[in-house]
Amino acid sequence: MNIKNKIKITVNGKQMQVIPKFSLKNLIAKLKIPLNKIAIELNKKIIDKKKISKIQLKRGDKIEIVHFIGGG
Amino acid sequence: MIDKKLKIANKKFKSRLIVGTGKYKSFNECARAIKSSGAEIVTVAVRRVNISNKNKARLMDYIDPKKITYLPNTAGCFTAEDAIRTLRLAREIGGWKLVKLEVLGDKRNLFPEMIETLRSTELLTKEGFQVMVYCNDDPLMAKRLESAGAVAIMPLAAPIGSGLGIQNKVNIKIIRKQTKLPLIIDAGLGQASDASIAMELGCDGVLINTAIAKAKNPIQMAEAMKLAVISGRKSFLSGRISPNLFGSASTTNKGII
Repeated sequence: MNIKNKIKITVNGKQMQVIPKFSLKNLIAKLKIPLNKIAIELNKKIIDKKKISKIQLKRGDKIEIVHFIGGG
Repeated sequence: MIDKKLKIANKKFKSRLIVGTGKYKSFNECARAIKSSGAEIVTVAVRRVNISNKNKARLMDYIDPKKITYLPNTAGCFTAEDAIRTLRLAREIGGWKLVKLEVLGDKRNLFPEMIETLRSTELLTKEGFQVMVYCNDDPLMAKRLESAGAVAIMPLAAPIGSGLGIQNKVNIKIIRKQTKLPLIIDAGLGQASDASIAMELGCDGVLINTAIAKAKNPIQMAEAMKLAVISGRKSFLSGRISPNLFGSASTTNKGII
């Protein structure tokens, strides 16, 4: 795949490149994150985790993946 | 005398001590302290997953949310919008509706921004959240929060993490008199006796993080807090004597030689 065809996205504030038609599910799998312990926001909208295989990432998408950490 | 259980939004808890999960040296130490405290509810925060270190330990691997009630907080939020975004995400992780709202107004003293807190309580309640509200110790604001749908009033004892203990007992007593909602002291306690005092004032529970996590021996301090809460609660329920200015001998003079 030519690098020019890759799509730039931002995940948790960091730039990443993925191939076209890369799904949100592919992204979570690539990052090896357990789906049952996280929540996902795509361009500030919360995503239903059951639907992530149907969502294809687009140029400039901003994704936030969050989980629980220690807090008071 | 058998005490009734702590009831928050129709959920019942045996322990009246809620503990935070921040500031520990490790998740392992945190898990051990929770066990030692006997707490059934722990506060947790929502933050970005570290995507560059995939092997980093996760809180949920150490503290099982099926066994301990997670209470997601809004730490670090300064507006209602931030708080709502955070708690919607928390709900999405696993369906949490019982939440701790904390909207701060000043980065140094960490006091709650009460106008935003009140607005957030209204909005979150309308969205179906059960909102336990971190607030200042102002009885009028406590009333407003109650009208807005809060399921628990959680006034500070002193600034978060300060360890100063309850600074305004009078206000806490007034809030106690005016509300039937669970009243939980949140923030500012430093040692076990502070927790006992909170319970003796008639509070329904206390929420402690720093005083346990940053103690030299957190596991032992967690147990001390557990016992202090039980002790203070029993003392409150037993009905203290009236304080007197003068002495009253414990031994009768009858039969004196």
